[in-house]
Amino acid sequence: MADSIETAAPSKGARLQALGEAVRQALPRATIESIEVERGDELVLRVRRDGLVELMTLLRDGADFAFEQLMDLCGTDWPEKPLRFEVVYNLLSLSLNQRIRVVVATDAATPVPSIASIWPNATWYEREAWDMYGVVFEGQTDLRRLLTDYGFEGHPLRKDFPLTGYVEVRYDEERKQVVYEPVKLTQDFRNFDFLSPWEGMTTLPGDEKVHLNRIEGPKPQGTEA
Amino acid sequence: MSGNTDSIAWNREHMAPGPAQDAVIKGITGEIEEKGFVVANLDKVVNWARTGSLWPMTFGLACCAVPMIHAYMARYDLDRFGIIPRGSPRQSDVMIVAGTLTNKMAPALRKVYDQMSEPRWVISMGSCANGGGYYHYSYSVVRGCDRIVPVDVYVPGCPPTAEGLVYGIMQLQKKIRRTGTILRG
Repeated sequence: MADSIETAAPSKGARLQALGEAVRQALPRATIESIEVERGDELVLRVRRDGLVELMTLLRDGADFAFEQLMDLCGTDWPEKPLRFEVVYNLLSLSLNQRIRVVVATDAATPVPSIASIWPNATWYEREAWDMYGVVFEGQTDLRRLLTDYGFEGHPLRKDFPLTGYVEVRYDEERKQVVYEPVKLTQDFRNFDFLSPWEGMTTLPGDEKVHLNRIEGPKPQGTEA
Repeated sequence: MSGNTDSIAWNREHMAPGPAQDAVIKGITGEIEEKGFVVANLDKVVNWARTGSLWPMTFGLACCAVPMIHAYMARYDLDRFGIIPRGSPRQSDVMIVAGTLTNKMAPALRKVYDQMSEPRWVISMGSCANGGGYYHYSYSVVRGCDRIVPVDVYVPGCPPTAEGLVYGIMQLQKKIRRTGTILRG
């Protein structure tokens, strides 16, 4: 019984593709650059920056879409691309039980239109994306840092931001306050090469003696002769 | 009894040696013989009181707070040690730094520590508080809370078990017990 219903209905990927086409049809301008259904399960729309607010308003208010909720807004960094940043919006429609992902590309200087007027919870997400990647949101009136330290400089999730940052803190007994100083690591960061086979693995600092004291195991058959 | 002590003029004016003074001394000796007394070293009494009422400042910063709460709850029941979590640094004797101390939190941690009254102790709980732990190389994490406040006991683990924390508290009690509280230096 259940099988016959599933075979009769169109596959989920086809339904999502149709949903994407419906969004494209409903927009007056060519805002959407591409429609993909990733892993047969996730509808991804890549859109242009200038039509973003129009598209998002349609997705929320259109009767066939009804994406009432902005689940998430995040950034990604692709240093090799000319538009290195992407802002990713994940939407959910509880009434129609469907999800959609909208991706818009930008760079460090070009602002992305804010959608805080459509979903108010976008304010914190946009502040986080600004904090972590330095993506500017146009129309966001409260673009302050959200997560990093007061007076922090830089955007830590950018690929070119060093892992250990630039400053560290300690308490100064003479000045009676917590002070910032340039990072001084007592032990360098260990760069593990996990792709190499076990025997070829880089000798870790402090592990040199492992090779001196290695006991050779029995050699495989046939290599002796 | 009270009438007896009120009738004599001890502790009110100087008494010359004589029968009146003898009567006072005899009266006091009689009181002590009747009620008994205890002899103790004052510093040991003070240490006994301090180890028996270590009120911790609750400073749960991350997941280490969960085993810390376990230690407070029914199974390990730190109330047995007279350990009652406090919400105010003014009422606290010991601060348990449980979790990752970030750069942003460091001034607040120091401020809370400065608000605690002497004598005060600090227990650093878990790898992150001990030395940065998993986040040692992070741009936003303090590489050990001993960069900010002086630490008495380090409890290792990621996270330490509730038993581990209880053991750490017992080590702190041991440390307090061997400290001379009256004579310093």
